Amino acid sequence: MLEEGADRAKLRKEGLTAAVIDATFDVAPGEIFVVMGLSGSGKSTLIRTVNGLLEPTAGSISIDRQDVTHLSRAGLREVRRTKVSMVFQHFALLPHRTVGENAAYPLQLRGVNRVEREQRAEEALGMVGLAGWGGSLPSELSGGMRQRVGLARALAAGTDVLLMDEAFSALDPLIRKEMQDQLLELQSELGKTILFITHDLNEAMRLGDRIAMMRDGRIVQVGTAEQILNEPANDYVAQFVADVDRSRVLTAGAVMERPAAVIGVEQGPKAAHKLMREHQVPALLVTGRNRTLAGVVWEDDVADAVKKGAEKLPLSDEGAIRVTPDTPLIELFGDAASSRAPLAVVDDNGRLQGVIPRVTLLSALSVPDGADGTAGADGAESAAAALVATGDGGTVLDTAGAN
Amino acid sequence: MTIPNLHLGDYVADGVDWIKDSFEPLLDGISTGLAALVDGISGLLLAPPPLVVVALFTLLALLLRSWTFAAVTLVGTLLVVSMELWEPAMETLALVLVAAVIALVIAIPLGILAARSDGFSAVVRPVMDFMQTMPAFVYLVPVVIFFGIGVAPGVCATIIFALPPGVRLTELAIRQVDRETVEAGEAFGGTGRQILGGIQLPLGLPTIMAGVNQVIMLALSMAVVAGMVGAGGLGAEVVGAISRVDVALGFEAGLAVVILAIYLDRLTGAIGQSTGRSLLAVLRRRRRVAPAL
Repeated sequence: MLEEGADRAKLRKEGLTAAVIDATFDVAPGEIFVVMGLSGSGKSTLIRTVNGLLEPTAGSISIDRQDVTHLSRAGLREVRRTKVSMVFQHFALLPHRTVGENAAYPLQLRGVNRVEREQRAEEALGMVGLAGWGGSLPSELSGGMRQRVGLARALAAGTDVLLMDEAFSALDPLIRKEMQDQLLELQSELGKTILFITHDLNEAMRLGDRIAMMRDGRIVQVGTAEQILNEPANDYVAQFVADVDRSRVLTAGAVMERPAAVIGVEQGPKAAHKLMREHQVPALLVTGRNRTLAGVVWEDDVADAVKKGAEKLPLSDEGAIRVTPDTPLIELFGDAASSRAPLAVVDDNGRLQGVIPRVTLLSALSVPDGADGTAGADGAESAAAALVATGDGGTVLDTAGAN
Repeated sequence: MTIPNLHLGDYVADGVDWIKDSFEPLLDGISTGLAALVDGISGLLLAPPPLVVVALFTLLALLLRSWTFAAVTLVGTLLVVSMELWEPAMETLALVLVAAVIALVIAIPLGILAARSDGFSAVVRPVMDFMQTMPAFVYLVPVVIFFGIGVAPGVCATIIFALPPGVRLTELAIRQVDRETVEAGEAFGGTGRQILGGIQLPLGLPTIMAGVNQVIMLALSMAVVAGMVGAGGLGAEVVGAISRVDVALGFEAGLAVVILAIYLDRLTGAIGQSTGRSLLAVLRRRRRVAPAL
């Protein structure tokens, strides 16, 4: 029926529910890919098809270029033992086993001998900050610690792919943030391929290298946090992201402008004066060779220098404030308040990448035009159409295609 | 208009006769085997002096439950001894144990199968309803035809009567295990057997033990009824008391049954749900605390 163009509502009248429809996406190795959607949007079904807990009616899923949709039971077990492990929303620990035994559980299923599995479980517990807790029972641990055990269990399995099903949703907000930080830290060391399911947009934006927005079983947009914030594919996404704290998601690199009010260090004060008048700015950034940032000159100083007939640019002692492109906007406000000059966005080599005048900083926080207006509707249709066209009636997940 | 008389009972009687004729050697073998088993266990319980067995029961109560239960056990069993009902009480206990163990050996695998297959569950459930609601005395007739008078028909009737809660509660125990936890077993590549043994049975244990408890209780109540077909034990005393209208013996035999029932109930209950006050639990705690000190 879906192939005939029926939608979810039509199917429901027939007493059926299509949980996931035409979801096509790739997850690159070492990437945290977040699937974001409200309850009932099909994200839990989606993640369960990846490790075969549920079987899709159409389409295919490949992990590491291996199609896992049509495997025998034994083949599927092998994939689950060696390639994909999972972290559950309500931890799903075994209450009658100790923390150490829980962490070692995947290895025990695999038939790893006791000494080795205890050692690997202890290592995994150490990674999540639970070293020495191996002898406790899960009931003696707090919620956050239990989920660390869940994470340690998945890490002890030693698979490249981690599926995290609302892994932090059952935790208190403070603990949740702590766990997110820890996951990001672990990820920077381990470089796993993570498929993370959540209904919390802020969590999605914090964790996701890329985010897939799901609604009614379909993926409505895939993109980075910034793309989703600034170029929402349709009204639904736009409404969704309207409440996001943009200052935490957007980075300096995303909002910086082409540095127009910039002058070479070898130029004279007269040129600087002319440039300032052209751009109506009180200060200019000064760059040296290779566009490295040399400093900043102010209108008053330049005017003085012109009067005195000086040859060199009067570089200010104050200097320009430098920020890196991946600094979140929220960290820029203090700097912006303390200096009248635009913030200079520089790369690791000190080269000027762009500037952020105060006005830009403020306007970046407002919701982009058209996102909440009618103009977004056209974009929505075309984006959805593009998605259906690429979908071959099912899910394609290439979690480690480049390996 | 007349409704034709349907003599369903005749068909069942014919079936029973047919089974009796066709499987006589097998039925005789079962009969001898069951009788030997019950006699062996009751012989074992009666071999040492009653006070030794009383002491053992009390120790078991202490190990598995609590001091108070041990004290109740001591008083109760001594009362049975002093009422001169120790011998029939042990015969009944032997019959209950044999019947309950056989019932559980059949019931638990059936319960597991029912939990795993909705189809099997749908078939088993009405059969269990039938077995449970059929008046207990009715079972006595065919088993007497099969096995004659004695212990064996008593054991058989008891097994049939006590089976259903074992199946039901095992099925429930496995079905109610948290779905996500079972999924975790699957997600890490566990086989069906690994998930059953490592997750479903241990997590369902309290409910399964409630089933075991129910099986034993029903077995005890049926074991008394089985006194009517010559199964001996307290049942024989009760039946004798009824036929002679002997109020005193009836009360004493009944009281002995109650004491046995309380003992078995609390003991099996403690296995499923630890009270934390048993000697075993206390010792285990000490051992865990000791290395820390």
